[in-house]
Amino acid sequence: MDLLRFITAGSVDDGKSTLIGRLLYDSKNILIDQLEALEKSTKNRTDGSVDLALLTDGLRAEREQGITIDVAYRYFTTPKRKFIIADAPGHVQYTRNMITGASHANLIIILIDARQGVVEQTRRHSIIASLLRIPHVVVAINKMDLVDYSQDVYNNILIEYSKVAKQLELKNVSYIPISALNGDNIVEKSDLMGWYEGEPLLEFLEKVSVRSDVNLTDSRFQVQLVIRPQTEQLHDYRGYAGKIISGIYRKGDKVTVLPQQINSTISKLETGGLEVDEVFAPQPAIIHLADDIDISRGDTIVKSDNLPLINNELEVLLCWMDEKPLQPGNKYLLQHNSRLVKSSIKKIEYKLDVNSLQKQSAEGGVKLNEVVKVIIKTASPLVYDSYPKLNANGSAVLIDETSNNTVAAVLFQ
Amino acid sequence: MSSYQLNYLEQLETESIHIFREVAAQFERPALLFSGGKDSITLVHLARKAFSPGAIPFPLVHIDTGHNFPEALQFRDWLAKEVRAELVVRKVEDTILERKLTEPKGKFPSRNWLQTYTLLDTIEEFKFDCCIGGARRDEEKARAKERIFSVRDEFGQWDPKLQRPELWSIYNGRIHKGENVRVFPISNWTELDIWNYIRNEKIDLPSIYFAHERDVIEHEGQLVALSQHVQPAEDDVILKKSVRYRTVGDMTCTAAVESNAATLDEVINEIISTRISERGETRIDDKVTEAAMEDRKKNGYF
Ligand SMILES: Nc1nc2c(ncn2[C@@H]2O[C@H](COP(=O)(O)OP(=O)(O)OP(=O)(O)O)[C@@H](O)[C@H]2O)c(=O)[nH]1
Ligand SMILES: [Mg+2]
Repeated sequence: MDLLRFITAGSVDDGKSTLIGRLLYDSKNILIDQLEALEKSTKNRTDGSVDLALLTDGLRAEREQGITIDVAYRYFTTPKRKFIIADAPGHVQYTRNMITGASHANLIIILIDARQGVVEQTRRHSIIASLLRIPHVVVAINKMDLVDYSQDVYNNILIEYSKVAKQLELKNVSYIPISALNGDNIVEKSDLMGWYEGEPLLEFLEKVSVRSDVNLTDSRFQVQLVIRPQTEQLHDYRGYAGKIISGIYRKGDKVTVLPQQINSTISKLETGGLEVDEVFAPQPAIIHLADDIDISRGDTIVKSDNLPLINNELEVLLCWMDEKPLQPGNKYLLQHNSRLVKSSIKKIEYKLDVNSLQKQSAEGGVKLNEVVKVIIKTASPLVYDSYPKLNANGSAVLIDETSNNTVAAVLFQ
Repeated sequence: MSSYQLNYLEQLETESIHIFREVAAQFERPALLFSGGKDSITLVHLARKAFSPGAIPFPLVHIDTGHNFPEALQFRDWLAKEVRAELVVRKVEDTILERKLTEPKGKFPSRNWLQTYTLLDTIEEFKFDCCIGGARRDEEKARAKERIFSVRDEFGQWDPKLQRPELWSIYNGRIHKGENVRVFPISNWTELDIWNYIRNEKIDLPSIYFAHERDVIEHEGQLVALSQHVQPAEDDVILKKSVRYRTVGDMTCTAAVESNAATLDEVINEIISTRISERGETRIDDKVTEAAMEDRKKNGYF
């Protein structure tokens, strides 16, 4: 059985949490005691209905305020597929939590309130979907019950959003009219929208082909730690443990260690405690080399005939996630998988305007939730690929050395 | 294998092993909090795979409430020897005496809440900067919100409104002195994933996970085993039932499930067909308030 990870996004109160609740409820993935708890916490509702959003809004503050603050993860299975859902907050203040969830998603459901159409948060979340290159986008036009299930309303929003999708170069965009509250076009096709010819949401989610995110051509491996048991039997054992980021490695492969630029050959491969002839992404592995080389955490081992980029000054897109604005003169730690280097921002090229989706000058600095293109300089060279080419080796985060907070998402260009 | 695709259990395993290795590399003094239950047993198995042929590079720490199932304690000692890991046991009993804490009373006196004191003292004693735990996001709605690397302040407190972004598989474990990170490598596993993995990997479990006979009493629809910690009241009817445990916690707050499932396959079939959640079916202490878990976490609980 395969796995689809998806996230719900869109503006505050567009119905993301309700949609997930409905999806779980109608597909009978809610257990009796969870349902009882839900009924108990919504018993003061006059019409006797349950608030399905409370299934994921698990924090006290969320229930009190009726909004989502941080991502909630839910897990469910149908006979066709296993799903990991991330329910993101719509509130602009919590955009970084949405990014956290979105960075793991193969598919994003962007909800739009049929009465409101495309609003600023719809665009902001769409920008993030586009930056992160989430392979599938479903635009769920919600609250159709409040607009008399009108095809015109649906069509207008579809046209409006298509422009956004085009500007952001979003791929594989599908549209579904729904009512999360009443369950229209969620698990069952709705009788009230006969004009809609597509499938209900769940069926779509079960069928969509999960493009395997895994790149098996460009072999990349970064050392997480060196395993040296130093026991009597394993006296000379020295293995480089890490995750295969992409590609396939075989015993006997000619490899290059970077940034040292030293060549060697794979003498032995292990995964899960067993010796094997080949390992592939994203398996965890231990690589042994034929030569004695000084290798430590964060170093990269690639096949010698397919090299990544190596630079200490590079162009990146940054998504700023901290309340404290970017301080241009400051040093930030850049964490690229397991490699940690000092860095600083040399130049801010432009800022992306959420409303016009146009590039604009970056005057006034870089603040929370802003997306900018910058030139970053690192204290020692990074071994990387561009994010569009190889997501898994093209992303990093910036850490504020004094607060230790993760302050920016970094996408290598 | 030949198709270069991992099934979802292998994907989950891969994620967990990656997390374990990040912990070993990023922290000076990590510890694995070992409860004796299936989740922490799975953690130990994953840790072993992550560092093999080397030994697990951190101790197993058991916060012993004194209310444990004897079978779980025996299993704990056996497992620590088997994997040649250092085992640290700290007793809630000792904390109660030292700190003059008040013992909870009642028919099912839960020391669950008091564990936090012992845990924080143990962290202080060994200067642990990271504690690995077996919590899963499918267990409970506050857990569903927690990061894999979850930063706690010097009082062990979780602040759900101030969680760090956690992108891709990049984990930022940097902390200030005195702070501590709780790491949950099996966050994305469900109960059923754990059971299926245990079956695939042939992982040993304490016997109480399989059907056996016990003297129990009924309490609000749940079956509670009699033991030195749980005594029947006069009007209790003592029943002899075939039961198994779905989780292994304290004898005073873990309910048994009536069952004849004697093998892993039979247990898994029952788990698939049950309509009650793991917590709902087995925990006696969790229903007090809706935010019980969130409150405990804010106070330094696992
Ligand atoms: N009429 C109608 N109301 C809906 C529908 N979907 C959601 N709602 C209501 O809209 C309100 C907000 O729903 P939520 O699911 O909490 O919204 P959200 O998008 O998760 O909000 P945040 O997470 O805070 O961004 C609730 O009162 C829902 O009952 C719908 O299809 N029709
Ligand atoms: Mg919500």
